[in-house]
Amino acid sequence: MGAPDQRGVKPLPIALAAGAVVLPVAAGLLGTVLPAFGLLPALGGTAFSLDPWRTLLDQPGLAASARLTLGVGFGATALSLLAVTAFCAAFHATRAFRWAQAAMAPVLATPHVAIALGFLALAAPSGLLARMLSPWATGWRQPPDIATTGDPWGLSLTVGLALKEAPYLLLMLGAALNGLPTARLMATARSLGQPAPVAWLKAVFPLAYRQLRLPVLAVLAYALSAVDVALLLGPGSPPPLAVLVVRWVFDPDLSRVFPAAAAACLLLALTACAALMWLAGERAMAALGRRWAGSGRPAGAIGVRLAGLVLPVVLALASLSLLAAALWSVAGPWRFPDALPARLDGAAWSAQAGGLLAPFGITLGAALASTVLALMLSVAALEAVARHGAAARPSWLALTYLPLLVPQAAFLFGVQVALLALGLDGGWAALVWAHLLFVLPYVLLSLRDPWAALDPRLARVAACLGATPNAILLRVKLPVLMRPLLAAAAVGIAVSAGQYLATLFAGGGRMASLATEAVTLASGGDRRVLGVFAVVQAALPLLFYAAALVLPGLVWRRRAGLRGA
Amino acid sequence: MLHLDAATILAAGRPLFAPLTLTVPPGTVTTLMGPSGSGKSSLLAWVCGTLDPALRGAGRVRLGDADITALPAERRRIGILFQDDLLFPHLSVGANLGFGLPPGPGRRARIDDALVQAELPGMAARDPATLSGGQRARVALMRALLSQPRALLLDEPFSRLDAALRGRFRQFVFGHAAAAGLPVLLVTHDPDDAAAAGGPVTLLQPA
Repeated sequence: MGAPDQRGVKPLPIALAAGAVVLPVAAGLLGTVLPAFGLLPALGGTAFSLDPWRTLLDQPGLAASARLTLGVGFGATALSLLAVTAFCAAFHATRAFRWAQAAMAPVLATPHVAIALGFLALAAPSGLLARMLSPWATGWRQPPDIATTGDPWGLSLTVGLALKEAPYLLLMLGAALNGLPTARLMATARSLGQPAPVAWLKAVFPLAYRQLRLPVLAVLAYALSAVDVALLLGPGSPPPLAVLVVRWVFDPDLSRVFPAAAAACLLLALTACAALMWLAGERAMAALGRRWAGSGRPAGAIGVRLAGLVLPVVLALASLSLLAAALWSVAGPWRFPDALPARLDGAAWSAQAGGLLAPFGITLGAALASTVLALMLSVAALEAVARHGAAARPSWLALTYLPLLVPQAAFLFGVQVALLALGLDGGWAALVWAHLLFVLPYVLLSLRDPWAALDPRLARVAACLGATPNAILLRVKLPVLMRPLLAAAAVGIAVSAGQYLATLFAGGGRMASLATEAVTLASGGDRRVLGVFAVVQAALPLLFYAAALVLPGLVWRRRAGLRGA
Repeated sequence: MLHLDAATILAAGRPLFAPLTLTVPPGTVTTLMGPSGSGKSSLLAWVCGTLDPALRGAGRVRLGDADITALPAERRRIGILFQDDLLFPHLSVGANLGFGLPPGPGRRARIDDALVQAELPGMAARDPATLSGGQRARVALMRALLSQPRALLLDEPFSRLDAALRGRFRQFVFGHAAAAGLPVLLVTHDPDDAAAAGGPVTLLQPA
């Protein structure tokens, strides 16, 4: 139907969205692999060499770093997935389920760094938990000499990651369940003699997991390569591999960049192996599960119900972490075993007010710019699919999820190398683009379903009333989809506000955001200052979430057809 | 006068029904019948220019002497009513009526007049979600008529209404369309609709 001159234009919006993501990732991977083999002309690397790998392999503790990385990656992913699965099996369609979905909302909006700072304030030897239990239960009069955080096994790092990833998987599982005939599946399975939690695991979960696979692999990739949380909660020597990469990249000795690139390649390879192992594990679990489902044995309900209690504990820890950070930010004198500070004051806030301003501005600026760009690219892409169908190449959209599956430390390092080569590092354009790599996939993911769910006849009626395609978009689709658009914007803001590594690499160390500044300050260890940063970092996306929740109700207060949508 | 010349819908290159040629004179209703999935609704979408991009249409659509087959939907001036009223939920009743009405003098008066004809005098500021099903259906028709169409397509617009309402709304639609001298193409699988329409009935034949 389309005129020939239109044919080349139809795939353009999706090509633009995919290209904005794929090009930097590809350039980044290249910029990581080449220096790993000695090629980086800017630093005198002009000949192929295996020296970076020799330096890396001679590094004492490298094997321990790799083991730690894998342990934390699998541990945090498995803990999050098991907690969420058992919880849904035990409590689906109950009041507890809705309660958990409400409780996880603020945690979802809060950046990783803020949660990790809060967890530090809660669980460190001198943290809130130890104080609440001392001295009456523990006998401690001094902070105990136990590494409750930063432990060499990475346990606190694993839990700290799960605090943020479990709510994310709960959100994704909830969305997957909404698309399934859950009630009918449950009724059928229960009428066949299976208790509710067992019925859910046998009949509902296998269908829901298909849509959960991508988010789970994203969680795995993130947990394998998280640097910010690892710097706050992980062990320092040997550190996780991603921390080693960053440490070397920013080493004053510039020749360290070469083994850093080799370490980034190793991380990439480990992530690929881990993903393959996870997929193999999935198959094995599926085979066992099918046997269990086919056996007709109804046993196991009690175990599932018990495991279902893990998620409420995780959510409670996450919420308490935020409270602990907030409490520290306003704490006056606070001797060790006292459960509460002697008095509250705003000293830390007034002392930090000046220092907060610049990072706050950079965080807000990068978040707004990357989110607006992501919204425009997403709307253009989804609208192209709505108008032209397959001719718009909707399958290319899958490429935009690439940054969620490739470990950040492995390609952001190369992005920095590429930016340096192009003379673009350390500016706003680089910063916003780097944030866009992570904001776009999440914005697109949250807009895709609402866009597809919009009744296509609404646009047809408007066209038959004489509205052009662009007028339909502006006068019908965007207003009707205001609620999901604002929700996607809030997601984008939260994702951007949480970017640590992207800010560090694209900003070239000159653009400090709340996330990078907080991690820098963490080595100083002033818990009141960190509390202030955690609260501000959490408040920024929370304000946008609140606005996204309240605004549509205000704008459409006289439109019953949109109020509940 | 609305003409279809050898019109059919192609899904993956295969026609859904045998090519259809028909003429609908002004002020009359032609009824198209066929089992569900036969491509009736897709044919209407093609006639008004909003066919799903996964499908393709073949043949010509003409309005009087003008071939409109290649025109975009917004320039065809063909009104359509669906099973659901599809009032825009973010606009007031008045703004819905004005959606397809070009700006100009007398706009306000024409909206008010349409409200009177829809038996909703003075309700321009109302939220469409607060209207009854029958009221919403009447607003949907008036909205289509205000955009000054040269033909009207009806995609089973009566099937969601209960029996009592259905008869009254049929008379409302057919009366207004006849008064405006519009050629009407009705798609339905309810023989009562066809009988009430009073015009020729065409069955879609398998390809």
